[in-house]
Amino acid sequence: MSPPLLDVEGGGRGNAPLMSSSASGDCISQSGSGLKECNFLGLSDCSSVDSSAVSNVCEKNKNNLNFKATELRLGLPGSRSPERDSDFSLLSSGKLDEKQLFPLLPSKDGICSLMQKSIVSGNKRGFSDTMDGFSEIKSSVFTEGKWMFNANGSDSGTPQSVVEAKLAGNAGINVILANNSSGAQPSMKKEVPTRAPKEGQNKMNGSNNNSSAPAAKAQVVGWPPIRSFRKNTLATTSKNNEEVDGKPGPGALFIKVSMDGAPYLRKVDLRMYSTYQELSSALEKMFMCFTIRKCGSQETPDREMLGENKFKDLLHGSDYVLTFEDKDGDWMLVGDVPWGMFIESCKRLKIMKGSDAIGLAPRTMEKSKNQN
Amino acid sequence: MHSFQSMLNYFPEEVLEHVFDFLTSHRDRNAVSLVCKSWYAVERFSREKVFVGNCYAISPERLIARFPRFRSLTLKGKPHFADFNLVPNDWGGYVQPWIESIVRGGVNLEELRLKRMLVSDESLELLATFFPNFKSLVLVSCEGFTTDGLAAIASNCRFLRELDLQENEVEDRRGQWLSCFPDSCTSLVSLNFTCLKGEVNLASLERLVARCRNLRSLRVNNAVPLDALQRILAQAPQLVDLGTGSFVHDPDTESYNKLETSMQKCTSITSLSGFLDVSARCLPAVYPICGQLTSLNLSYAPGIYSDELVKLICYCNRLERLLVLDTIGDKGLGVVASSCKELQELRVFLSDVYGIGNTAVTEEGLVAISAGCPKLNSILYFCQQMTNEALIMVAKNCPNFIRFRLCTLNPTVPDAITMQPLDEGFGAIVKSCKDLKRLSISGLLTDQVFLYIGRYAKQLEMLSIAFAGDSDKGMLCVLNGCKKLKKLEIRDCPFGNVALLADMGKYETMRSLWMSSCEVTFGACKTLARKMPRLNVEIINENDQIEASFDDKQKVEKMYLYRTLVGPRKDAPGFVWTL
Repeated sequence: MSPPLLDVEGGGRGNAPLMSSSASGDCISQSGSGLKECNFLGLSDCSSVDSSAVSNVCEKNKNNLNFKATELRLGLPGSRSPERDSDFSLLSSGKLDEKQLFPLLPSKDGICSLMQKSIVSGNKRGFSDTMDGFSEIKSSVFTEGKWMFNANGSDSGTPQSVVEAKLAGNAGINVILANNSSGAQPSMKKEVPTRAPKEGQNKMNGSNNNSSAPAAKAQVVGWPPIRSFRKNTLATTSKNNEEVDGKPGPGALFIKVSMDGAPYLRKVDLRMYSTYQELSSALEKMFMCFTIRKCGSQETPDREMLGENKFKDLLHGSDYVLTFEDKDGDWMLVGDVPWGMFIESCKRLKIMKGSDAIGLAPRTMEKSKNQN
Repeated sequence: MHSFQSMLNYFPEEVLEHVFDFLTSHRDRNAVSLVCKSWYAVERFSREKVFVGNCYAISPERLIARFPRFRSLTLKGKPHFADFNLVPNDWGGYVQPWIESIVRGGVNLEELRLKRMLVSDESLELLATFFPNFKSLVLVSCEGFTTDGLAAIASNCRFLRELDLQENEVEDRRGQWLSCFPDSCTSLVSLNFTCLKGEVNLASLERLVARCRNLRSLRVNNAVPLDALQRILAQAPQLVDLGTGSFVHDPDTESYNKLETSMQKCTSITSLSGFLDVSARCLPAVYPICGQLTSLNLSYAPGIYSDELVKLICYCNRLERLLVLDTIGDKGLGVVASSCKELQELRVFLSDVYGIGNTAVTEEGLVAISAGCPKLNSILYFCQQMTNEALIMVAKNCPNFIRFRLCTLNPTVPDAITMQPLDEGFGAIVKSCKDLKRLSISGLLTDQVFLYIGRYAKQLEMLSIAFAGDSDKGMLCVLNGCKKLKKLEIRDCPFGNVALLADMGKYETMRSLWMSSCEVTFGACKTLARKMPRLNVEIINENDQIEASFDDKQKVEKMYLYRTLVGPRKDAPGFVWTL
């Protein structure tokens, strides 16, 4: 079962759309590396992130997030309002989940070489002391919260901690940013700059994915638990297989990508990606500017009123669907077949409006209805 | 009763020995040797195969002293988590001192099986030189040797029956090691060199296969092309276990047609593996033997998609063991469930080895398999997500699990539907599977799951835990409840000193305990080491911190402790400190 590409997809059933890129609070760019600010014209800024930019951004956004966090998140675990999901949940796919999660897990000793041990251990104890106070909250939620928040200060105000811990389940990076304790900030910053660019490389520059893949992607040592022999063998094997199978040459595979309403087309090299996720991220980056302008020009009052949801990922969520034209000239929904098969048969890509794609993707329409 | 006792005493030793010959399991033999002194004496002289689960638990000299007539030795070195880069390469596990001692001890060694050990060419040369009857070498996940060492084995071991190299890191010196088998060598029964990267002389290989009429198992490496495989199969239709090399060819050629014919003649093949380099179009050559297969390993073939996998597997009605990649998908697993009713062991590995992407495999696949394959007793399952409901259903469908290993891509992912921890699901598994010996858990887990494990997993011998639990209580439940626990490995869990020190004697009943990135402090480890002299408590610290700067309250990065009769080892590298 290959996950539908631009659909609201289930890493879990309850999970919210893949990307949200609200201007203010959401620090997660839609390419999923947690700590870049996304704004209107956002993506280009994100793509050239450097450490200082990231840490500044995070500080700014941290404040925004705090506020929002307090506003929206108070409540028992299990009650999740849609806005929260859309804003803070990056995680409709396990892939992002993992990426966000693991940088936080370094708050555990030994995983993150960036974190000072002393800071972590001190904070860890502080946090668990705080946690003892919240009897009404289920421990299960805090299990994750505890791990997420090892860098929390010991003085975290009560609603904050509750909220933050609840967040842990959904949105890894966001959670760390929602911490307002001053004590923890230095450690946050310390870890953020070094991590974000690494992830940034992966997520934001889709084209660099393959080359930087092994180094940047493995965030937690030894997870998933696969023998190194197997890792090494499979890595070389996939490369060999591609060449061997008589696919259209080992070189680049550029295909045209069009989008409804965009004034011009783009071209992408399918060989730069190895999963639908990567392709999707790259396309979003490429076409985001078109959707924003579109928003701006047309009067779409309902969208504007959503505020931070304005940039809820349009490609993923309610409005757009990615389709491709195959060798036979048929238009198909992207995501049904294994990636390798897809590359072989894809001739063109088209980002269709959801309403046009009714025949192709009934699920998309249903899901978007459920969200709104 | 009195007279019965005295009757037993009158059994001549030869009779006892003959009876003991029927005991092959080392556990049975260990039990027998505890009965009385005379049984101990008879048993130790008659033991031929010795199993040492931790090469640092005993010294070769003491082993030889107790079992002077042993002929086969199995040794394991590094802890299991070394497989996942958690243990530095030069931590230890050298086989050299063992071989030197065995040579000095005048043992007539015929068989050596090593796992996770460091093997040098010199060690292999010693083997080849000093043990004229050497018959069997099995190396699993070892490293440190090159094809030169293999050449020594090939040249000198005149009666070699088995050379089995599984997933080792071998430096390939491109020195034609395979050609070193002399023309007089006709004794090979099993040859596996899949893990080697370099080329072998194909003509030599074909001649070797032709003259070894007893060859039952042959697993070649990637460098052996399809047409060579065909020629080999033509010479060895008696093969029972085949590992293909490169399985890529233009299907419209004569070579390929010949392969199909040769394959059809191999009516004894029941185990098939390899396919490191495979083109889906060539797979149909294998269809004729699918119906006879009991074991199939396609886990190194990421280029075969679900549809093609399924086309192959649906013919494998006798399959008992299946290893695949997650490219098979839930739907593919559904086909497995309906085609492979004899399935006992299933392993679904990640095709995306960095665990970044999605997998096509979820709890649905697992449930389908459990429903369709009632004989399932061993599973290793990498998946995107899991639910308690699914695990409960699996527990109900398959109460016979001996090994249950689940790994979610995100190590703390909750139940995908209810967002609850997966405690109840794993609880159902341990409650239902009364014979469970090995368990790996994953996902969002609280202390509750350990309560279940301690209460129900009474036969559990090995438990692997990562990113789970809330407090020391979790670990305590396991240590108190799992009476047969042998190996416990824990990473990134909030278990600390209270759990570690609660029952120190427990560790002498276990082989080893690994704890990394937990809450255990240096002081507690020191205490444990001081109170338990028959344990080696090793701290692995890779950050070059000077020992003096260790303060008792500091948390320990990696701790590995194991019972031993021979005290701290002398070959520990600088970053390993035995307390």
